[in-house]
Amino acid sequence: MSKYRKNPVPVPVPTPVTQPFWDATKEHRLLLQRCAKGHVFYYARTHCPECLSNEVTWVEASGRGKLYSYTVARRPQAPEFAEDVPYIIAAITLEEGPRMTSLLVEADPDNVRIDGPVEVAWDDLDELAMPYFRPVR
Amino acid sequence: MAGLHGGAAIVGIAEFAPERKPSRSWMGCEVYSELARQALDDAGMSIRDVDGIITGNNLQEAQMFIPATLIEYMGIESHFSEVLDLGGASGAGAVMRAAAAIEAGLCETVVCIIHTTMPQINPNVPRIQRARDWGGGVWGSPQAEFEIPFGAIQGSYGYAMIANRYRHEFGLTYEQLAKIAVDQRTNALANPKAVFRGQPITIDDVLNSPMIVDPLHMLEIVMPCFGGAAVVVTSKERAARGRNRPAYVIGAGENTTHRSVTYDPDFTHSPIKAAADRAFAMAGIKRDEVDMASLYDCYTITVLLTIEDAGFCAKGEGPKFVEEHDLTYKGDFPMNTHGGQLSFGQSGMAGGMSHITEAYLQLTGRAGERQLKRCDTVFVNGNGGIMSEQVSLVLRGE
Repeated sequence: MSKYRKNPVPVPVPTPVTQPFWDATKEHRLLLQRCAKGHVFYYARTHCPECLSNEVTWVEASGRGKLYSYTVARRPQAPEFAEDVPYIIAAITLEEGPRMTSLLVEADPDNVRIDGPVEVAWDDLDELAMPYFRPVR
Repeated sequence: MAGLHGGAAIVGIAEFAPERKPSRSWMGCEVYSELARQALDDAGMSIRDVDGIITGNNLQEAQMFIPATLIEYMGIESHFSEVLDLGGASGAGAVMRAAAAIEAGLCETVVCIIHTTMPQINPNVPRIQRARDWGGGVWGSPQAEFEIPFGAIQGSYGYAMIANRYRHEFGLTYEQLAKIAVDQRTNALANPKAVFRGQPITIDDVLNSPMIVDPLHMLEIVMPCFGGAAVVVTSKERAARGRNRPAYVIGAGENTTHRSVTYDPDFTHSPIKAAADRAFAMAGIKRDEVDMASLYDCYTITVLLTIEDAGFCAKGEGPKFVEEHDLTYKGDFPMNTHGGQLSFGQSGMAGGMSHITEAYLQLTGRAGERQLKRCDTVFVNGNGGIMSEQVSLVLRGE
């Protein structure tokens, strides 16, 4: 039962490689990866997008970051989001450096501050939790 | 010396007028064939002259063997056959590749054809599935797993996020963005093929149209259409004997850095810069030698960023630039004189082709009411995905 969406579909379908990322969401841990040379990145994969190293380990993110940009969808961009309008799609720069796109929740669509601090807001679904973000007040 | 040297030229074009509903119930082979026939006709050439083909990535009759299927259907003997998958940059990318193949001596005459699948999209396929298709959203794709479930679907949200970041860093008013749509509509009024011909708009009309994704209004977003276009590129020697004034490909540059906007390194400094810089350096011309700018315009913000990143004004000065310049065919910075895709219509992947076909009409003095007094040099930019794939061309009529 989603806290933030009326009908939370589509739900991500993990692959064998990304399964640990989604397993960790159930414990409300947001995982990034770090390669042997120290590059930290999102999303889960086998090779570093900076140096193509295949020596990759999981690291836990703080869950804090800054809002890089956003948009308010006044019209649904897919029927599955029809009951959620207006909803806020956001690009977040995580404290550790990587960027991710998520929904900004618990926010007033008409008063969103770019570069303002945000933190992860977990939305528990059956098999995993979605890492959404909310403004830090 | 590396690069293109004008050893190849555009000599003929064809374009179906964009349509809201397709008037033809054709499969892909028929569309490709008819576009090729019309473009060769324009060039004064025959299918026997063609020894290369570049197509879009869509042929509903074939998931694989697309060039061979078309080569067989049209009766071509091809020495250079390629499927291009650069989204809206496919048209410019095709011309660049054709010119390179011709200069390298791999073939002499290439027909580049991009179209939208003509019959209506199967109504039984839910829209979310189409969105996933557009987003490469099959299982295991990063889009399917880390973008689409978070609402990052289709393209509008991404361009809107770019626009908001731009507003934050440099300042940008709704009116400034709307001016781009209005000037392009003025151009479309002089284009009988434009889907919005006969429908003038004002800045207020743009601002009063529904807000879709902040800060982009409905009239700042392309209208999906059906259509297609073809361009014939041939050798300099062959072009000199042709029917039309050749448009030599004297500069080209390509740059792709990401698929999803999330991983666009800097929303306000687009990958267009590297593509355009390469094209201008290769052509050896300055920005003020350009007579017309043909800039991919899926959204108003795309145009603003392209004007800046292609070097027509400094970073951050785009809003003032569009305010102070008349962007119509009558103006001091003629841009997207066909109306742009915003007012001409976006025929899917073929949308980017319209910037090339219009450039060629202008370069050959065949743009009718909207013909520029002088048009010898055109800059074209194609943009795919969400500011992802970029291909810039400099075309020179001689």
